[in-house]
Amino acid sequence: MFFPISGADISPIYLVIVGFVIGILGGFFGVGGSFIAGPALRLVGLDWNFAVGTDLAHIVGKSVVAAKRHRALGNVDLRLGLIMALGTIAGAEAGAQLIQMLKRAGNVNLVVSIVAIVVYLSISTFMLWESRKTLKSQKRQLPNVNGPVAKTDKSAFRPVTRAIQRLKIWPMVALPTSGVKAISLWIILLIAFVGGLFGGFLGGGGGYIRMPSMVYVLGIPTHLAVGTDLFEIVISASYGTFSHAVKGNVDILIALVMHTGAAIGAQIGAISTQYFAGPKIRLAFVPLPLIGAAIVIYTLFTGDKL
Amino acid sequence: MKKQTARTLRAFAIELAIYALLIVAYFFLVLHLLGEWLYGLEIHHRYTYAGLSILLIVGQAVLLESLTTFLIRLIRGRSE
Repeated sequence: MFFPISGADISPIYLVIVGFVIGILGGFFGVGGSFIAGPALRLVGLDWNFAVGTDLAHIVGKSVVAAKRHRALGNVDLRLGLIMALGTIAGAEAGAQLIQMLKRAGNVNLVVSIVAIVVYLSISTFMLWESRKTLKSQKRQLPNVNGPVAKTDKSAFRPVTRAIQRLKIWPMVALPTSGVKAISLWIILLIAFVGGLFGGFLGGGGGYIRMPSMVYVLGIPTHLAVGTDLFEIVISASYGTFSHAVKGNVDILIALVMHTGAAIGAQIGAISTQYFAGPKIRLAFVPLPLIGAAIVIYTLFTGDKL
Repeated sequence: MKKQTARTLRAFAIELAIYALLIVAYFFLVLHLLGEWLYGLEIHHRYTYAGLSILLIVGQAVLLESLTTFLIRLIRGRSE
């Protein structure tokens, strides 16, 4: 099928399958999945600028479907999502500026690659340690229960999260949907800003940083972190799509075709979260940043951009 | 438990088949008709194209979410 906007000739079946796989991942983990979508689009010859912009447009559609499904399951904290969207947009702009500065200095690829590898490996290692520790302590305490699971979370990192929640930096915000009595607005904005910064700096939506941060720093239960992150992605990715479309980096026809697969995948992913406890979702999340790290290491050593 | 799983899988397979047919029709009708028009818009009216892109992807998302929810209800309702 020929797509006149980008001038690419791509099989629609391939796009639907890629969308479907990313949809499942996004619905289940609350991530945009750009670390797979970007290389997958590059693999069939789409230019890098179109791969990034088109992927963002497709993320908007997929996140609408997954967030709607999560909302029906009671997994979206609207107040938290709206606050985080502000921080993410500001962070994404700062990340993009940082990239421009490094481009001028002439060492953008090396710096971004090293930062990405360190960040991805740190997230995976930490989540592996925490989720396994939590699952071990739960095994000792609770009998095994089948069927849909409770949304309240146990975490081995809980004491640190409580200490962060006790920081009284005005103004304080209550998040009743997430079960947080009071937390500083600045901490929420900071977390969102850092997620956006890494998204703008390393590419993609930054869900691989934001979702774990919401769980470990803000103390949001995993199911709610996944649903709220998706809702927040709808707003921040829409902003990114508009910005890229104005620069001529979005082939909306490719995004629409990809999204037909993602729509059904996102629903499957979102519904599946009901059957897994928070620590198990976090443990299953561990390979995702590792895939991202592997892609970066590959591009660093071969010089190819997947 | 096995019977329920088989029923769910069968319902899902039927749902996928109907969905696939609808999507193929969608490719040929909507995208074929929209392609050239969007291409012209992207070249001459970038800001309109950018706004329309978001509207199109959100509109499709809401439409497909409603369609899949309807199919799930219809097929699972009948198989139970």
